[in-house]
Amino acid sequence: MSLRLKPLLPLLALLFLAGCGGGNYTWGWHVVSPFDTRGLSNLQFLMNGVYSTISVALVSITLSVMLGLIFALPALSSNRLLAITSRIYVEFFRAVPMLVLILWVYYGVPVLTGLQLSVFFAGVIALALCDSAFEAEIFRAGLQSIDAGQREAADALGLSYMDKLRFIILPQAVRRVLPPLGNQFVYMLKASSLLSVIGYSELTRRANELVVVEYRPLEIYSLLVLEYLVLILFASWGVRTLERRLARSDRAAARI
Amino acid sequence: MSGAAQAAPQDAKPVVQLIAVEKRFGDYTALKNINLEVRSGEKVIICGPSGSGKSTLIRCINRLEQHDAGQIIVDGIEMSDDTRNLATIRSEVGMVFQQFNLFPHMSVLDNLALAPMRVRGLSRAEAEKTALALLERVRIPEQAKKYPAQLSGGQQQRVAIARALCMKPRVLLFDEPTSALDPEMISEVLDVMEELAREGMTMICVTHEMGFARKVADTMVFMDQAQIVEKAPTEDFFRGAQNPRTQSFLDQILSH
Repeated sequence: MSLRLKPLLPLLALLFLAGCGGGNYTWGWHVVSPFDTRGLSNLQFLMNGVYSTISVALVSITLSVMLGLIFALPALSSNRLLAITSRIYVEFFRAVPMLVLILWVYYGVPVLTGLQLSVFFAGVIALALCDSAFEAEIFRAGLQSIDAGQREAADALGLSYMDKLRFIILPQAVRRVLPPLGNQFVYMLKASSLLSVIGYSELTRRANELVVVEYRPLEIYSLLVLEYLVLILFASWGVRTLERRLARSDRAAARI
Repeated sequence: MSGAAQAAPQDAKPVVQLIAVEKRFGDYTALKNINLEVRSGEKVIICGPSGSGKSTLIRCINRLEQHDAGQIIVDGIEMSDDTRNLATIRSEVGMVFQQFNLFPHMSVLDNLALAPMRVRGLSRAEAEKTALALLERVRIPEQAKKYPAQLSGGQQQRVAIARALCMKPRVLLFDEPTSALDPEMISEVLDVMEELAREGMTMICVTHEMGFARKVADTMVFMDQAQIVEKAPTEDFFRGAQNPRTQSFLDQILSH
């Protein structure tokens, strides 16, 4: 892990140099210092947002992957109506900016339905819908990359459509699309910061709130940058570990 | 007609029957007025120049290609748009492909056991017992735990034959089963096929292996330009083909 944090050093150095150099800004790191009573409680307040960030990202990506798969399958169908439905879905949600959909779902849906959604629920819906368009394209590419002979062999054995997907096509396709799926997960962690605008108390929202109280935007947002960096380095390390594990089982499957 | 004579006399009903079958790909006619009957236990070998429609013909029998006109009747069931009929037909028709089409992410044993478990509803123990017995029969029981990529081409094709046999099909289709193999591996696959033929399996085989054809076939079919040009008992076929096109094809492939 220490190797992975090395790229951060120049950034830190730059921040401190900026403080030492000219200009008349006096750094106030005490607002987030663990050695200061108030700083420590501020720090705890900020860092506790990580659970919300992670949970909303995990729930959204899970939903988004499922939606993506559901809309990727008809894209490959010979049924034109199904294929067009899938195309429209992808084009629509790919075109709507995430922030716009978040606002629309949170403020618009209650007007339409009379149901007030929680920020978490509204956030998950908006993030998942937007992201699912990209997931659908990733899955379509993965499914299309599987050799036609695999489908034919499954058909010739009399496997049902669902069994063919579950046992033959998907296990092979998922391995191939794991890198872009991991990418989308990292992207989702970052995109969850947009939920701060509807008041979801994740990392960014908490930083905003603290800035209003302490009026130390530079220090607090610098810490926020660090929080995301560390979080995402962990996430990409996790994805890469998963990839390596699958690659290892693939190599065992291939000639050793 | 030696093989046909051995077939039980009361089982005169054909296992596979094609009546005036037509198939087009766009403007291109792949099959024109195909009539063919295959009785239980009969071995039919189809030969002909490439592009003559041989593969398309056998791929219509389990509906990897959909015919445009005419009737295909397998084991008394007519092939139609009814998906239940199709599932029944596919479970009764085994197929061996030129490119093996084994499932690369599954062990040899799982390749064999999957369809009997999912389509026939056998327990894993039952399915694996059958699978191991069949691997014994194609002489590679020691490879059960390996993955397809760890096997030679000849071994892979024998696994593919065992996989088709696992469903206990009424008829086996072979689509140029030795064309993708290195020369030294062809005979190990042909030996297994010969043994199957001796045991009374109904077989329809597209191949250029004329030595093999002479040994096992009851009926030879020669195709050219989407049509069956000649259909004759094996001895007659090789002694003197009636059609000059058949004769010139045979002269070409038997000349060396």
